[in-house]
Amino acid sequence: MTIVKHELRQGRAAFVLWTAAIAALLAVCVFLFPEMKSEMDTVGGLFASMGSFTAAFGMDRLSIGTLPGFYAVECGSILGLGGALFASLLGVSALAKEERDRTAEFLLTHPLSRTRLVTAKLAAVLIQLTAMNGLILALALLSVALIGEPVPWRALLLLHGAYYLLQTELACVCFALGAFLRRGGAGLGMGLAAGTYFLNLLANMTDQARPLKALTPFGYCEGADILAAGALNAGRVAVGMGLACLALLAAYRQYATKDIR
Amino acid sequence: MDAIRTRALTRSYGRARGITNIDLTVKQGDFFGFIGPNGAGKSTTIRTLLGLIRPISGQGQIFGLDITGDRERILARVGYLPAETAFWPGMRVRDVLRLSAELRKKDCGRTAAELCQRLGLDTARRVEELSLGSRKKAAIVCALQHEPDLLILDEPTSGLDPLMQREFFDILRERNRLGATVFLSSHILSEVQRSCARAAIIREGSIIAQGSVSELTSTGARRVSLRGRAPLDRLGGVRDLRLTPEGADFLYSGETAPLLQALAAGDIRDLTISEPDLEEVFLHYYGKGGAL
Repeated sequence: MTIVKHELRQGRAAFVLWTAAIAALLAVCVFLFPEMKSEMDTVGGLFASMGSFTAAFGMDRLSIGTLPGFYAVECGSILGLGGALFASLLGVSALAKEERDRTAEFLLTHPLSRTRLVTAKLAAVLIQLTAMNGLILALALLSVALIGEPVPWRALLLLHGAYYLLQTELACVCFALGAFLRRGGAGLGMGLAAGTYFLNLLANMTDQARPLKALTPFGYCEGADILAAGALNAGRVAVGMGLACLALLAAYRQYATKDIR
Repeated sequence: MDAIRTRALTRSYGRARGITNIDLTVKQGDFFGFIGPNGAGKSTTIRTLLGLIRPISGQGQIFGLDITGDRERILARVGYLPAETAFWPGMRVRDVLRLSAELRKKDCGRTAAELCQRLGLDTARRVEELSLGSRKKAAIVCALQHEPDLLILDEPTSGLDPLMQREFFDILRERNRLGATVFLSSHILSEVQRSCARAAIIREGSIIAQGSVSELTSTGARRVSLRGRAPLDRLGGVRDLRLTPEGADFLYSGETAPLLQALAAGDIRDLTISEPDLEEVFLHYYGKGGAL
């Protein structure tokens, strides 16, 4: 528990900054919806006729004139990309930053097993992700209520749930990468988050690229698919969570025998 | 039971040198010096003992516990002072001390306060505002506040001013008198000679000498300094000869009679014959090797 509390204190500034930034952008986006809705007759056709761009963001299958459709496209991009970047940074730096900053030596010369250290670090990452998603969801619901729209509970919970799973998967994969690194790895984490995001956009553009969806966690966060099915794609989620578990196993295994130089 | 015991402990870093076949015995209650210049393998030995890096062969035990299998039990009894100290920016000194104590599940408040007072450490300051010396003091308190049975100190005095060095060694001697074992890694020979009863010298990753400091310095060789002139060219056993306009200075490891004959044949105005200090022993070992 000591390490968890220490981690949460150390990550407090970044947590507040990222949570505030994503929540504020999301709220601004929600506040734009009434205007978007009133101008739907003119902009609806425009959004639907941008070819690959339309397909990339799923706007060919969603109506942004409805709150769930608008939320999935506009707010989903903010929550998806912003959340993924934060989760990746959090994950990749959890273990690697201690070696980069030479503080690993301090921790590991105390009577603390490496397994316990990894578990505490992982718990701190997951606590921060859960808290961030909880706060963002609360603000999103409040924003929807403030614009006077009925809250589309199921759609919002499914979308937020999907992005929470995506962040968890990316955080776990990056956590494992961090166990192998001796430096911070921020670039690697952000690159992975951005890469998987753009991979999903690419997969949306053509049928030939569609199988790429299986390679990216954004594949099970596709708003159009979630709203159409009224559920998450259980198969893709299971693959993603399986990958996260494998990554964590690798992280524990690697860190248990890693030389701290 | 020995506090530290290693047998053929080896660790390499690919082509870079690590440590090779380190045999080290430090008895409980020892004040032990570990001497060698930068890059000789002192820190690698220490990091291997502490479980930060894994040996590729050989064995190591601390208080009879295996360094690879009993890490936590060993570390509960060890206080470690690293050569370079790093803390988390934004933390105050008291937060660092509390974190260290909590990780040991011990209430160290009273001892920490006493150590901070003796070392003149302000616990309200943020670690990034600390000078090198103050960071070192904070690390010293972390290493000592839980009153460990074994202190492993890697270049402990770097950054400390002479007054603080003296206070620090006073604290170490007090702890040693109370039964703690002190393992002091240093390239400052005078502090080893002043404080340590036993020592080992490491060169290029291998232990080249080990024993009591008096044994290491009592090698039979003598430092001879004279003012005047003496026929030294035919005297065997002369090394490190330095001739000056006033006289000569050299290490002599031969029989006494030929030395006295050579000195008597010359014109000597002043003469000093003394045991070489640890620095000379060390320099000798780092020269061409072999015994004095």
